[in-house]
Amino acid sequence: MMMPPSTARRLCFLSLLLLLLLLAAAASATADAAAAEEFTEELLLRPLPDRKALAHFHFRSSAPPASAAGRHHHLFPKAISQLVQKFHISELELSFTQGRWNYEQWGGYDPMSTNNAKPPGVELWAIFDLPLAEIDATWKNLTHTLSGLFCASINFLESSTAFSAPRWGFKLNEGNLRYGALPREAVCTENLTPWLKLLPCRDKAGIASLLYRPSVYKGYYHSQKLKLKSSQSLGIILDQTLTVVLQPNTVSGKQLHSTGGQLQPSWSMEHLFSKKLSGKCLVSKSSRVFVEIEKGIVDNVDKAGSDVSSNNDLFVLSTAPDRSLKELDNLEVQSSSLYEYDVNNYNSDKPLNVGITWKLPLIWSCTRAPYHASRFLMGSGNERGSIAMSFLSTGLDKQLVDSSNDCSIKAVVFQVVPWYVKVYYHSLEVFIDGNSKAISEVVDKIHVTPSEDKLLPGTMEMLLKFPCSMQLATLTLDFDKGFLHIDEYPPDANQGFDIPSALVSFPEFNSSRSYPEADPLFVSPLLENFKEDGVVKSYTEVLLVPLTTPDFSMPYNVITFTCTVLALYFGSLLNALRRRIGEEERGLKKAALVRELQFALLQSQSQMLRWSTIYFFCWI
Amino acid sequence: MEMSKFIVQQMKDLGAEVCYHEFLPHSKHFHPLKFFTSMTNDLAVRPNGTYSNSGTNTIGIIRAPRGDGKEAIVLVTPYNPQRVQANEVLSLALGFSVFSLLSRAAWLSKDIVWLSADSQFGEYTAVSAWLNQYHNPMFVGGVKHEPDGIAEKAEFTDFKRAGTMAAALIFKVGETRNYGDRDSVTMYAEASNGQMPNLDLLNVVHYLAVHRQGFRVNIETISSLLSSAWLRAIAEVIHTLGSILRKINPDWKLDITASDYVEGTANLASSIYNQALGVPTGSHGAFRDYQVDAVSLEFSPTFYIRNENAKSSFLVRGGRLLEGVVRSVNNLLEKFHQSFFLYFLTAPSKFISVGVYMIPFALLVVPLPIVAAALADGGRKKGKSIDASKTKGSADNLQTEGGSWEWLQAARVLLVIQLWAVIVSLLPYYISQIPDGTPIQSSVIWVVLAILTLIVLYAMFGSPYSAGVEWKLLKATMITSISIGLGLMSIINFATAQLGALIVIPMCLFSRPLKAQLGLSFLPRTVLCASNILLAVFGFPPAALLIMKGLSKGSWTVDLGDFWASMEFLWEWSSATYLYLFLVHLPCWLLCIHVLLHPCRQVGSKVKRE
Repeated sequence: MMMPPSTARRLCFLSLLLLLLLLAAAASATADAAAAEEFTEELLLRPLPDRKALAHFHFRSSAPPASAAGRHHHLFPKAISQLVQKFHISELELSFTQGRWNYEQWGGYDPMSTNNAKPPGVELWAIFDLPLAEIDATWKNLTHTLSGLFCASINFLESSTAFSAPRWGFKLNEGNLRYGALPREAVCTENLTPWLKLLPCRDKAGIASLLYRPSVYKGYYHSQKLKLKSSQSLGIILDQTLTVVLQPNTVSGKQLHSTGGQLQPSWSMEHLFSKKLSGKCLVSKSSRVFVEIEKGIVDNVDKAGSDVSSNNDLFVLSTAPDRSLKELDNLEVQSSSLYEYDVNNYNSDKPLNVGITWKLPLIWSCTRAPYHASRFLMGSGNERGSIAMSFLSTGLDKQLVDSSNDCSIKAVVFQVVPWYVKVYYHSLEVFIDGNSKAISEVVDKIHVTPSEDKLLPGTMEMLLKFPCSMQLATLTLDFDKGFLHIDEYPPDANQGFDIPSALVSFPEFNSSRSYPEADPLFVSPLLENFKEDGVVKSYTEVLLVPLTTPDFSMPYNVITFTCTVLALYFGSLLNALRRRIGEEERGLKKAALVRELQFALLQSQSQMLRWSTIYFFCWI
Repeated sequence: MEMSKFIVQQMKDLGAEVCYHEFLPHSKHFHPLKFFTSMTNDLAVRPNGTYSNSGTNTIGIIRAPRGDGKEAIVLVTPYNPQRVQANEVLSLALGFSVFSLLSRAAWLSKDIVWLSADSQFGEYTAVSAWLNQYHNPMFVGGVKHEPDGIAEKAEFTDFKRAGTMAAALIFKVGETRNYGDRDSVTMYAEASNGQMPNLDLLNVVHYLAVHRQGFRVNIETISSLLSSAWLRAIAEVIHTLGSILRKINPDWKLDITASDYVEGTANLASSIYNQALGVPTGSHGAFRDYQVDAVSLEFSPTFYIRNENAKSSFLVRGGRLLEGVVRSVNNLLEKFHQSFFLYFLTAPSKFISVGVYMIPFALLVVPLPIVAAALADGGRKKGKSIDASKTKGSADNLQTEGGSWEWLQAARVLLVIQLWAVIVSLLPYYISQIPDGTPIQSSVIWVVLAILTLIVLYAMFGSPYSAGVEWKLLKATMITSISIGLGLMSIINFATAQLGALIVIPMCLFSRPLKAQLGLSFLPRTVLCASNILLAVFGFPPAALLIMKGLSKGSWTVDLGDFWASMEFLWEWSSATYLYLFLVHLPCWLLCIHVLLHPCRQVGSKVKRE
């Protein structure tokens, strides 16, 4: 079975060599190449306004539709294709995140923040290509499989109290989407290693070799993501991304940090990863490094009157790029520029070490989402409280939308609340700029799945409509704190309980980018992702609710006390039963033996009593 | 304002998130129904345009680089921006040095909040206003469109939050110079109604301060006890007893040195007193209202505050201490353990746990129900036997029934007196509404109104003597009510109950009518009478206050205004001690007086009727 395609390919090559002018043959050759498995690796670097740098690794492996390839793969990880086939997944996204994305400083209105900023811990969602009745069972199996695959406790998402099925608040679907989050999951190298195992070159060669663990995990934000798309026509596409925010490890950087100077540190790849890039992964189809210069800097360069090239008045890139791309926003104005390096041209003799050197001190800010959404808890004590969510205008709407009276901005809120936080959805209150508003004025559409004790988490999807002139809106929801059964408490129960991040998206704002100058043969999965339709999203903070916890040592105390009482009771009962007044005299001969027994019994009793009193006082 | 701007600039340069918090001084009122609810939202109404009289807290937040932002540690430095003292500047400097160190710390897992509290209206006001805004914000009418147009400031007016608070540290440098050999730190921990922060927090501070940074750690003490001769005498006796016991069995380590004993007693007395008063000893009390463990540290350096060299070494050591405490709290995954909240401190590192201090109180209270039962039973039996001897069993049934229901009369008396006590405790709310009242006038009005209500109530429901209640029954009822009251109070504020029990229980147990025929010889009778009268005087709250003041300050001037002022102090801090005084102690005292002045003609009248 393997012979015919290869002979066909050979034939094609022959025809290519012989009949160069025959375009039809060439077209068939490219079609054939598209059907094969592919792997591309890309890295995007971007300086951030708060003296940090962002690195975004993007690896794409794709496999042709299952029928063409059979069960064997050259590049594509077998574990993933088996997973897709077994659970009939049409889309899946799994992210492991440590740290918080800073929407104020690192951007809230670009593809990076909308696609790659994730809530702390683990987030998993999947769309199944299955009848609705089978989805829940499949989801449970999927969580266990992923848990084994990534060395993480994703299996905690198995319980029906841990996942939910949003209809439109998270992503529009027909009820075949499941969503779950574990905010407390700690993320470290044991999750990265299996993730790297899915790459054909692991971290031995190519861009992934830059992932030097100490520098990656020293960063301010770290999010590794796995995104799967599968369909009958396209096959499986696996996108693996790793987004890190690092403090460039330059000598001067440290001093600047302490003096609080405004100078941006100049950095290069070596400063970020303690490594240089010495060639590509040989099986990769393309291997590229991008440096992205944000709109804020581009505007500054324009103001300075120089052309946005790799060497201008404000900064210089240490290596001349192979290509530069300009991004145009919807008003056809250049917003950011990209410099591309093809790793093909570099090897271990001539390693790639891209860096940026600033010529002038520069302050810029990144584009932010229309509202800064944050969530916090109100009230104190162990009985009740409220969740409040506030939307603070960032002033973006002033630039984009005409402030006419009837204009409004839409926001979608999606929030999952565990059942032991019993939210009273009727108590929803909305305050806009210090005035209480009727809910019907602000809430356009709302879909609530109330929580059921020990069965279902509460899910809330809300479409809000804020007036454009609004500065600050606050939504509050009251809740009561429930009681858990003793075996339902998680480990570390005394820390409190987490409410996973809420997701706020702004459907009228799209962060997709377009690169009109790029030639059509230039294919970059990373930029394709940037071009995709991306609604501006932001995750809110994880909340910690202190619940009442029992004294977990209490059962032990009770057992000790009960045993003491029982020992005393049976000891004395036995003593009373055994003793017969009439037989006292007759038993004198046996007395020696009996006394010995009694003595032993009493001794054991007193021993027990002593230990229990000691324990009692220790406990007090 | 200049000061807070400067602080904000410094924080911003460190890369911290910064915001201002404006608050109005919180005028305290008597809220009869708000004793056990938290004082929420009473500073909600903000009069428009009057910004002149508001305070401004400055808040900086460091987000933990790899943390998830669920928890936060709060550092507080109070200072007065109107009149900045050298010591306040030093404490701000200490706060800033710790903050700048933490802004570079890679090990943080909890966010750090630095609150430089504007203490021109008092530290507590500033901190509690901030905490109130943090936990119970008002969304109505809260938005300020800066009319005076400080554009730079408007940027920072939106209130910023971190997560749930794990612990709070309040630190300041004291005004007074310490003349000891080492710099010292005084820990203040008592919050409202005798609540204490977790002992582990105090232990961490003490351990790091003493064993790592070489500070001397103190807690509050009653200095008059330290020099008192009688306490020293007791200490010597205990010391000799202990050393004798040690000779008998070397394992018994009971020989406490006299100085340790005196010091421990003085510390313990201060600890019990502060808890019993129910008024927080500093701004850490505001945190405890929101179930956050907090402790105040007051540094008193040995050097003169303008000495630059000594200052920098002090900053290093103080900073290391604070960093150590922050780091200890930061590294905790869970909350502090739940079992270390009930304790008295006898030294910064020694404490008396609830398991120990409950025992004397239990021993004091347990006899009360037994005595009450014995009195009630004895009274009835005696009546029965008299009846039996006189009527020869003719109306036996009727009489016993009458006797068994006699306690209802006593209960009615008790209820009337309790009603009176409730009215008396609520009177200050109306009296405080009278404008321009001096404390003396108010207290005179209070006393007069109290007496008038008692007379009116007696006129309405009948006085205890007219109902003809036997004194033993009256005493039994009194003892029952006091044991219930003490039991309840021991749950709310143990220290108050314990101190109260020391006064009330002898007063109750000794009380018997002055006219009663007891068949005792002269000497015991006079002793009993004298002790009765003495205890009744001691038990009267104003008299007790006067005596306490006299003992502590040595001024014996009678000033009714003082009484009003101290009661006002108690209710302003919504201390449960106020409730105890007026709902448990005062009715008990009044019943005692009734028992003392009982005419004792009931048995005689009954006999006559027969």
